[in-house]
Amino acid sequence: MTVPALAITGLRVGIRSDEGMARILDHIAFSIAPGCILGVVGESGCGKSTLIRTILGILPPAAEIVAGSILFEGEDLRAFSEAELNRAVRGSRIGFVPQDPYLALNPLFTIGAQLLEVMRWHAPGERRSHSTRLVELLRRVQLPDPEAALARYPHQFSGGQRQRLLIAAALACSPRLVIADEPTTALDVTTQQQILRLLRELVDELGIAMLFVTHDLGVVAELCDEVSVIYAGQTVESGPTAAMLDRPLHPYTRALLACHPDRSEGFTGIPGAVPSPLRAPPGCRFAPRCAGARPACTGRSPAPQWPEPGRSVDCILYEAKAAA
Amino acid sequence: MLVLRKFLRDIPAVIGAVIILFVVILALFGPWIAPYPEDASASHLLRRLKPPSAAYPFGTDNLGRDILSRVILGARGALKVALVVVGLAMAIGVPLGLLAGYERGVLAEAIMRVTDVFLALPQLILALALAQLLGPSVESAMLALTLTYWPFFTRIVHAETQRLRNALFIDALQGIGAGTPRILLLHILPNILSPIIVRATIGLGFTILVAAVLGFLGMGATPPDPDWGLAVAQSRTYLPNAWWFATFPGLAILIAVLGFNLLGDGLRDLVDPRLRRSR
Amino acid sequence: MAGFIARRVLLVLPSLLGLLVVTFLLIRTVPADPAVALAGDNATPEQIEAIRRQYGLDQPLLVQFGRYLAGVARLDFGASQFSGRPVAADIAQRLPATLELTFAALLIGAGLGIPLGVVAAMNHNRWPDFLLRILSVGGIAIAAFWLAIMLQLLFAMQLGWLPLRGQLSVGLTPPGGPTGFLLLDSLLHGRLDILGDALRHLVLPAVTLSVGGLATIARFTRAGVLDTLQKDFVLYERAVGFPRRRMVWIYVLRNSVVATVSQIGLLFGSLIAGAVVVEAIYDWPGIGSYTVQAILTADAKVMLAVTLLVGVIYAAVNILTDLALALIDPRIREGR
Repeated sequence: MTVPALAITGLRVGIRSDEGMARILDHIAFSIAPGCILGVVGESGCGKSTLIRTILGILPPAAEIVAGSILFEGEDLRAFSEAELNRAVRGSRIGFVPQDPYLALNPLFTIGAQLLEVMRWHAPGERRSHSTRLVELLRRVQLPDPEAALARYPHQFSGGQRQRLLIAAALACSPRLVIADEPTTALDVTTQQQILRLLRELVDELGIAMLFVTHDLGVVAELCDEVSVIYAGQTVESGPTAAMLDRPLHPYTRALLACHPDRSEGFTGIPGAVPSPLRAPPGCRFAPRCAGARPACTGRSPAPQWPEPGRSVDCILYEAKAAA
Repeated sequence: MLVLRKFLRDIPAVIGAVIILFVVILALFGPWIAPYPEDASASHLLRRLKPPSAAYPFGTDNLGRDILSRVILGARGALKVALVVVGLAMAIGVPLGLLAGYERGVLAEAIMRVTDVFLALPQLILALALAQLLGPSVESAMLALTLTYWPFFTRIVHAETQRLRNALFIDALQGIGAGTPRILLLHILPNILSPIIVRATIGLGFTILVAAVLGFLGMGATPPDPDWGLAVAQSRTYLPNAWWFATFPGLAILIAVLGFNLLGDGLRDLVDPRLRRSR
Repeated sequence: MAGFIARRVLLVLPSLLGLLVVTFLLIRTVPADPAVALAGDNATPEQIEAIRRQYGLDQPLLVQFGRYLAGVARLDFGASQFSGRPVAADIAQRLPATLELTFAALLIGAGLGIPLGVVAAMNHNRWPDFLLRILSVGGIAIAAFWLAIMLQLLFAMQLGWLPLRGQLSVGLTPPGGPTGFLLLDSLLHGRLDILGDALRHLVLPAVTLSVGGLATIARFTRAGVLDTLQKDFVLYERAVGFPRRRMVWIYVLRNSVVATVSQIGLLFGSLIAGAVVVEAIYDWPGIGSYTVQAILTADAKVMLAVTLLVGVIYAAVNILTDLALALIDPRIREGR
């Protein structure tokens, strides 16, 4: 069995606030194999951006990792110093595609200055070879007139072009893993389709792993090999995309799918609201909104179950089935 | 109450408030606090330019007067100038700003043009020139400072009023037929009070500072007034020997202005947390 | 770029005209009778009448203003009462000293204020930040005339490290020369002794004048950096492992400095005003000390000319500021 590109187990992250410690991530677990796209799905506020910042080691000062491990190609990222992370992980072995291409580029510097700065830093070497490689990449992501692009400023590109630029930037230092933070939400629908297709091609071509964070199950269905669903900072269910969309196991996944307009008659919703991480209920955080909740659900956290090969679910209902 | 608690947590602002309280107490009760209140005008040539001692903690000046007493007595004049100038500048600047921000047309345009011209004028030079033309005295200094400070209020009130005049609730008021004076005074003014108060607090400190410059250049208070700026000017002849003569009155200016600036900064944070002690 | 500058120049012309009107009105109408003021305390009514005719003060205000404008257009401001020389000549002779002083102060203010602001922002709510906050409020609250005297007391009188006043030691004569700027001319003439002496004389006035600006620049830079650090692109730059120092001092600072630079125009105005006091205390032979003399002698011509000069400098600095902003930000350059 190959070493996963990224394997996270038992991850807990807390943020100190005036009202005490908020456990923004409670237990997160998933892994991604090379050449594979894992979609991490959750509603807004469930901890998706915190998850990304945790992996990259750029949490805000008030936040800290309480427990868990983040293994990147078998190495624990928590053991890396800030300098090592900055030099050899962020932007080099792990590429990053941000959510909003309008805001992610520094408006006062040319594309070439910004992107080449990162390349020079991570792979000191000849200037010309860097810009040749960058132009090649820009051509690969189908940016029109890639040679001239380096001398232009971010505001001179359209949103879709900027996202292509940022994808090229993420690939510039030959990463083994690319983290994409809802890279298509800020784009219009047709551009969104093109970008998704491009990402799929690039992953297949380069054999890299991709962590694709999104709130959109439709995008997941189209793009991802595997899915991991997060609710209020807890991983509730993981598995192959097709199987999970066909037969969701966890009550939250089922509820989420039922909300999707393509899959349901009329408009349904989930009663209640996502709990604040400051006042998260004990045990399963979905229990207060769950139709099938039992008294035991609020007593303790569920233990992960593997009801089918390659699928895991964190729900007490499946513990009972496994025991029976 | 929450606002008060938040304010009390801002230590620099609390320090500012304490300083201002102290200055106000000195201004109100100076003659009873000062060890030698008669030194406001008396002179004792036998004890000229004595260095600080137990009897005269800040030393004595060129006429043998106790500098501590004169620093304490000077608080009233400094505060009076500041309050009068800022009060008058608000009385001129705020209505003009309201009018120019709410109405559109030639009048509003004219008001703002004049304001811009006044803002481009070198304030200190203009104040000095006016004070000289009117004849050097505290009153002409106050008039000169007022004439140069009102545009700051006009500009800020104009900007805030313009922002508000497009608000929905103003539309609603116009819809139910509320008159312009009523809208301006009862609805817009209360909403823009906080920036005005912040500006006024900082303006008080600024006015004390500029008034001290006028006093220093002989365009403000006249001898034998116990004026801080004037005292520093008088001390120059006796340097470097009588260092205390120049030091303590100047320190009084610094502390008083510091108090208003610290409080002004704190109030701004309180009013607009987004600014977070920025400017 | 030329069009850009031309547009800005055209925009300031109305303000300058307004400035002329306001100063003219203030100075001609505030004293009850300028002729009486001009004639002095023990003038006879005939003398006053003669002065009134001589200066055209018996004409309607509008005619007076028209004449005044015509003079301004020829750079003819009349003769100063206390120097007896044409005001324009006095100003031309004294302006370089003031410009040298204010530029030195601005250099100190920006050279220290910008790095201090960045350091404070990077240590937000830790001790360097608190220290800077206290110092910057203090820097704005301190009276320049008092600071000048305290510095003189310490560094010139007690320690004797630096000269007390003036622009050059007695015994040295300015090289005279192409630019009129003492530092520049002594450099061009290769007179390093004069240059060194002039620099020593410049230290105390420039430091005194810089304090207020330094505090303001540091505050604005700090606020700008804090604001920029919240931007999405900073998070992105961190996420792709930008070299940390370069990110802060080049990529973040350039964005933050926009707010600071737009303040420098205003700041320059307050520097010129501060120069009035500082020059008077240090006997600096510039426009500031000239202004103080003019005010003390109620020399209306000089006051008008100086006010106009400051207005022109203010406008010029604002145009330069706009240019600097256009250089910093490509979006401004394209007029977006």
